[in-house]
Amino acid sequence: MGMATREAYGEELAKLAAENPKIVVLDADLAGSTKTALTKKAVPERFFDMGIAEADMIGHAAGLAASGFIPFASSFSMFCTGRAWEQIRNSVAYPHLNVKVVGTHSGIAVGEDGVSHQAIEDIALMRVISGMEVYVPCDGAETKAVIDYVAGTGRPCYVRLGRSSVDDVYAPDTKFDFTKINVLNKGEKTAIFATGLEVQEALKACRSLQAEGINPTVVDVCSIKPLDEEGIAEILKTHENIVTCEEHNVIGGLGSAIADVASKYMPRKITRIGLNDRYAESGEFKALLKKYGLTDEAIVKAVKAF
Amino acid sequence: MNNEELKQHANHIRINILKEVYNAQSGHPGGSLSAADLLTVLYFEFMDINKENAAGIDRDRLVLSKGHASPLLYAVLAEKGILPEEQLMTFRIIGSKLQGHPNMNYVDGVDMSTGSLGQGLAAADGMAIANKLAGNSHRIYALLGDGECEEGEIWEAAMAARHYGSDNLCAILDHNGLQIDGKTADVIGPDPLDEKFAAFGWHVIHINGHDYDQIRSALNEAKNTKGVPTVIVADTVKGKGVSFMENQAGWHGKAPNEEQFHQAIAELEGK
Repeated sequence: MGMATREAYGEELAKLAAENPKIVVLDADLAGSTKTALTKKAVPERFFDMGIAEADMIGHAAGLAASGFIPFASSFSMFCTGRAWEQIRNSVAYPHLNVKVVGTHSGIAVGEDGVSHQAIEDIALMRVISGMEVYVPCDGAETKAVIDYVAGTGRPCYVRLGRSSVDDVYAPDTKFDFTKINVLNKGEKTAIFATGLEVQEALKACRSLQAEGINPTVVDVCSIKPLDEEGIAEILKTHENIVTCEEHNVIGGLGSAIADVASKYMPRKITRIGLNDRYAESGEFKALLKKYGLTDEAIVKAVKAF
Repeated sequence: MNNEELKQHANHIRINILKEVYNAQSGHPGGSLSAADLLTVLYFEFMDINKENAAGIDRDRLVLSKGHASPLLYAVLAEKGILPEEQLMTFRIIGSKLQGHPNMNYVDGVDMSTGSLGQGLAAADGMAIANKLAGNSHRIYALLGDGECEEGEIWEAAMAARHYGSDNLCAILDHNGLQIDGKTADVIGPDPLDEKFAAFGWHVIHINGHDYDQIRSALNEAKNTKGVPTVIVADTVKGKGVSFMENQAGWHGKAPNEEQFHQAIAELEGK
């Protein structure tokens, strides 16, 4: 088992902040959980706890960005994208201010805290905002690379991270191109597009299917916006059956984004794995993934159902 | 600048506010007119903004948190020679840089994009914190509405500004007592705002927002207040300067017709 993406974020951000005096970090009383506390320790003068006030945190981040700083503003995904949505829309994205909203504890994998803390709408909420970019890394290496990348773009973005430890997909020294999708297994007939911790589930499903002589293509879509439309269109043209996997409502997230591309370039039958427009519940995260149909078994079933 | 000169500038700014709103046949005259004296003193005696430095941020800045007072801000920038005066006649018209609520990327001297109430004070304090980090002594001002203070984010920001000791931040509260639905007291009762800010640890100065000596003195006091942010609660008259607009909530966001416009201009030109 590798590290949680939030841990990778905390480590990378502390390192970046120590190197770059323009980076400032804000949190809303969850620094220990989001791991921005590591930056607080490394560069206390550029760490600002805004208290339990996410809207205000985003407003402050906008003011700091308007003054030439590169703010990273973190909380749980539910609160930084939900509570502060309109601040992100009007004070960050509309004026193109260089704010990085980084949400941790996204999806249902937050587990025992239950529905009030399970953001299954955040990808939709952020990708619908003009000018916002949305990144969903799947493991520690990809998270560190995303954080490095967004720190240098000069544009606002949302990075979606998880609470729990996840298997490593990538080697630590992997070079990423976040303008492109990442094909992890080149197969045929069926393509599985996955994002976040569903990438690991898709890879597990792929291995099971391979044992049965089915070899699906597996794609990691880390950049949900901007979306590599060309790369996705190519996969759609060369595969008959499409499965999308996300730890998010099936409405408005990766599945919707892929369907948008399909409708434009190559209509395909798409099975969406995700929360079927319903809430989950409290529980251990692996058990929740299983109960709500987000595990490799569900993906295997979906592939075979075509 | 003497008070007579300030009065002339404020009067000309008021005339331009009327022209902008009349020409666009939309916009917010009431809350623009109420804060005209406040911003006149601020821009002509305190803020170090001019045509040469307006595009940058190496100067004092203002967040127009009550973004619907955009006709006022644009008229002030024109009065300072930063915005070409003829551009005011493009206000709210398609293709214009003078958006209904201000866009910081379109107009030099607009320091934050605002319009959604309650968001400006947090951004202003973010700028104040940034100035401290950068080690400069520029001041940050935020113009708030009293109705706007019904937004919870104002108080989140008030808490943060005090916590971070943002004494380079001065909020100016245009306390005109009216909002779209009527008297603030009847709508939801945000007062007493001075006591609320004081309870949040701010230095509070209560003035008549149309008295130049009081405005000047308050802005000086704010500048000299160390350790805590200052709010100037300025009692104002919504629609100030145009008899039929004064103290009328109905003129919050309405344009005058031709007859009303000429009467308003005649009144202001007679002052």
